[in-house]
Amino acid sequence: MEAIVKTIFPVAVISVGIFLAFQGVLMIVAYTVLAERKVLGWIQGRIGPNRVGWWGVLQPFADLFKFIFKEDIVPDKSTKFVYYLAPIVALTCALLPIVVYPFGPAITTIDWGFLPYNLGDNIRQLPMTIAQIDVGVLFVLGITSVGVYGIALAGWSSNNKYSLMGGLRSSAQLISYELAMGASVIGVVMLAGTLDLNGIIFAQINSPFGWFIIPQFIGFVVFLIAAFAETNRVPFDLPEAETELVAGFHTEYSALKFALFFMAEYVNMFTVSVMVTVLFLGGWYIPGLSYIFEVGSIPYALFSHIGFIGKICAFLFFYIWIRGTLPRFRFDQLMNFGWKFLLPLALANVIFTILIVYFLNR
Amino acid sequence: MVTTALFFIFAGLAIACAISLVYHKNPLYSAISLVGVFIALSCIYVTLAAPFIAAVQILIYAGAIMVLVVFVIMLLNLDDDKPLNRLRYLYAVGAGLGLILLAQTFFVFYAVMRSPKQAVNTDETVGKTLNIGSAMYTEYLLPVEIVGILLLMAIIGGVILARRFEPTKLELVVNNELERRNEQEIEDEYRIRL
Repeated sequence: MEAIVKTIFPVAVISVGIFLAFQGVLMIVAYTVLAERKVLGWIQGRIGPNRVGWWGVLQPFADLFKFIFKEDIVPDKSTKFVYYLAPIVALTCALLPIVVYPFGPAITTIDWGFLPYNLGDNIRQLPMTIAQIDVGVLFVLGITSVGVYGIALAGWSSNNKYSLMGGLRSSAQLISYELAMGASVIGVVMLAGTLDLNGIIFAQINSPFGWFIIPQFIGFVVFLIAAFAETNRVPFDLPEAETELVAGFHTEYSALKFALFFMAEYVNMFTVSVMVTVLFLGGWYIPGLSYIFEVGSIPYALFSHIGFIGKICAFLFFYIWIRGTLPRFRFDQLMNFGWKFLLPLALANVIFTILIVYFLNR
Repeated sequence: MVTTALFFIFAGLAIACAISLVYHKNPLYSAISLVGVFIALSCIYVTLAAPFIAAVQILIYAGAIMVLVVFVIMLLNLDDDKPLNRLRYLYAVGAGLGLILLAQTFFVFYAVMRSPKQAVNTDETVGKTLNIGSAMYTEYLLPVEIVGILLLMAIIGGVILARRFEPTKLELVVNNELERRNEQEIEDEYRIRL
């Protein structure tokens, strides 16, 4: 009996954790869509959706049911296998990084007999991360870079010139801005001395500069701009520029397959916000919270979670704000900006950070 | 046990993707299969406790190089209804090389089986990023520098090859386009006046 408890309960605890993490992220993403429509409405002097439920709070579910019950139209001359594969690739690559998000500090408890992570001496630690891997930053960057295939293949397989143009633009744009994004992360990694996302947060807690946005302000700006380009958001939404390309790579997608692309875009927004928060804004760390609650206790973890989600929501709002404010780039401007301005700036930031680290360790 | 099962799953996936890579006539399908091979390989690296290599495999091969390949294939938009002109005489060369590779594999397997078993290094930090980095910049500094210079040469070569047709040509095209557009507009105005 005890053996069964010892084997099944840790698995159950981890499964519940995975369920909560994915469910929480997807709910936030669903309500980001509502927030976007509301805030855009206010920016443009409209009210926004307010029919479904009180103040429109049930709108995401209404949208979902609409997507499910719409007719699924498949273009006659599309390449069927790739056409079906593309949205799956897009959403899978968007959802996978959730596995390494550091949602909060680990909770330290006594051994209740079923918690999975042993710390020795009857003390167990329950990390608020699904998988604590050594190369978290690289994992997130790698998986999101694989997500390009979803868009590129969707554009290619639809057998539609607008889709193809959207796919081509998207792959060119993502390749260009990925370099600047990676180069801007190097500074943070050098200051923290680790690629582990939780390790970067701890490095910021112990750093003499405070959060890395202070010594890495250039890196922060470059990362933020590159993040807008990576998620295909305004002002970099050329892959789906509706004034030129109808709807870009998802012109031929309807019903639930379109919903998958839509969801992938918003989950990617969330991922990028998590990365900005963790790399530059201290992740779940709230200064001074350790004076009120004991480190490792449940309220400390709870308030850290709230702080983490709060920072992310601030960035999601920033996304929406920018969408309501800025016009779209032209394609040559986009390429010039990425290669001739952002990438040199990011490389200069790397050299600057090398100097900082050198003089700090001397 | 679990590791062995995972190894066979991902090795089978890699081989299946490799076969599909060779057999598909559509270059885009081949490119997607190659991405599958890379992902399966990176999963095997993870089971071998080398997360850094796995992440770099995904980031560079699957995320950057193959995206470029797919980009070029989409840009050229190759027709798959044209029969590919396969070079028949290369079959014999390929078969010979394959046999040599197979023989080499068996030789390596044989040599490993014959050699005395070394104690497995159970140190958990072996595949970690910190160790790879410190090893690359202390023990293996010279190879790293040489590879760096090689890559720099490749980049410069690429730039020179791409710039061999004089770069003003692009501007000329743009100017011509602008002139033509202006002429067209003037013409249109003229027509309207008529």
